Amino acid sequence: MEFGPHLMLAILEGAVGAAVLSLTALGLSLVFGVMRVVNVAHGEFFMLGAVLAWFVATALGGHPAVGFVAALVVAPLIAGVIAAAADWLILKRVEYDPEATIVATIGILYIMQQSALMLYGPEARPVEPPFNSRIALPWVEWGENGLALFYPWGFGTTTYKLFVIVAAAALLVAFWLFLTRSRFGLIMRATQLDRETALAFGIPVERVYALVFGLGAALAAFAAVLIVPISQAHYLMGGDPLLLSFIVVIIGGLGSIRGTILAALLIGLSDGIISVFFSPTLAKILATLLVALVLVFRPQGLFGKKPA
Amino acid sequence: MLRLEGVSCGYGPVQVLYDLSFEARPGEVLCLLGRNGAGKTTTMKAIMGLLPLTSGRVMLDDTCLNERPAHQVPGLGVGYIPQGRRLFTEMSVAENLEIGLMAGGKGRTTRERVLEMFPRLRERLSQRAETLSGGEQQMLATARALCLEPKVLLLDEPTEGLQPSMIQLIRETVETLRDQGVAVVLVEQRIEAVLSLADRVKFIENGQGREMVATEELRADRSLIHTYVGV
Repeated sequence: MEFGPHLMLAILEGAVGAAVLSLTALGLSLVFGVMRVVNVAHGEFFMLGAVLAWFVATALGGHPAVGFVAALVVAPLIAGVIAAAADWLILKRVEYDPEATIVATIGILYIMQQSALMLYGPEARPVEPPFNSRIALPWVEWGENGLALFYPWGFGTTTYKLFVIVAAAALLVAFWLFLTRSRFGLIMRATQLDRETALAFGIPVERVYALVFGLGAALAAFAAVLIVPISQAHYLMGGDPLLLSFIVVIIGGLGSIRGTILAALLIGLSDGIISVFFSPTLAKILATLLVALVLVFRPQGLFGKKPA
Repeated sequence: MLRLEGVSCGYGPVQVLYDLSFEARPGEVLCLLGRNGAGKTTTMKAIMGLLPLTSGRVMLDDTCLNERPAHQVPGLGVGYIPQGRRLFTEMSVAENLEIGLMAGGKGRTTRERVLEMFPRLRERLSQRAETLSGGEQQMLATARALCLEPKVLLLDEPTEGLQPSMIQLIRETVETLRDQGVAVVLVEQRIEAVLSLADRVKFIENGQGREMVATEELRADRSLIHTYVGV
């Protein structure tokens, strides 16, 4: 395949990863931004979403679309409820102390991981996509007779991958509207900006924390349901999304929603392109190097604010 | 009426207030006066429920405020204008007011009434709070607290860093509220402002309540001010 179509293919693959990563990292960034909690268990809520998607799809049977749509609703809901309960039972008890919450979320990570191993098992299991037609993509090239449209061999994608990109983008837009236009979005932003003043104006901060922790987990679970028909559900699958989410929120700026989404696009796309042209390992090395550079030269991240 | 009965509290193991008692009556301006670090701001936070009491209680009429979760205190009629204003700086003026309206008030009616008091804010509703001048920020902080339609208003150093015209506006606002029957508890360092605005003064020294005197008496004899404030 020529360079142009090859690059376009890499960008498409990267866009799928960026779409899923932006949702996952958004959850992590949201929790840190509002609660100042570094949620080490975030990747396990991603894993929980994937595992629940398999359970739901298997339990319902029938056409794959039925199980998939049900999983898109049920998995984030269950993950959100479990996260809110974990917040109420554990994080609230340690009074959201930054160090204590890191240890507590490591505990939550192992509890969830080992519970998944016991209940789901060690196998990686696929979830069938609701639709997965192959689409051959056209390419334009300047030839002897002017511009010519042709279909390079192997240059294409699937309808499901395009759906993942569109669904993630739609959810991001919906989340942005929710955050900027809704009453609860206003309450969340007020809590993020100044916890004490929010409390002095009648905002039940602890309830907001529980909801935000649940919402962060639900976003990760939703992302996992989207990706599980392309990858597979496995009880150890939470590690990579957690690492990439941390990379994204550090580069974007801890707590910055805009920075998180832009950094997810940057990391996701570069990951796709470098993986296709070179190797996935090199992509991870470069992403980690970028984190190191950001930490040295701009510790607050590209869009974060310097602490006063 | 707001009443503190033997209030003790602090920050973790560090106790700041010791057995502090006073009351603020409807339609009066009570000023808390003392040196830096005496515990004035801590008193405000204790009333708002932002610090847990180790002993004593804070009563608003017949309601014990410290038995309620902190987020319920504003809804019971206690407005707070913190030191440094503490606006939600990345939000617009309208959103800051919306936060104030969430805890109390009568929605659109209250909002209109507050904007009539501070017409300059109406012109800047969509502007981010951080882009306002210092005086406008103080207007917004005051307006946000008034959105609650408070029975008691706590003002912590409202004139800090403001130009004279803004100080006059804050002063007029406090007088209007007093005339409307609101109990105003004021922390203020500018002695002349205290003497011209307050009805009574409660001195605080090292976290302990000292004399409560009528401002008229202080105007005649400033020795207590010299003792507890050092000026």
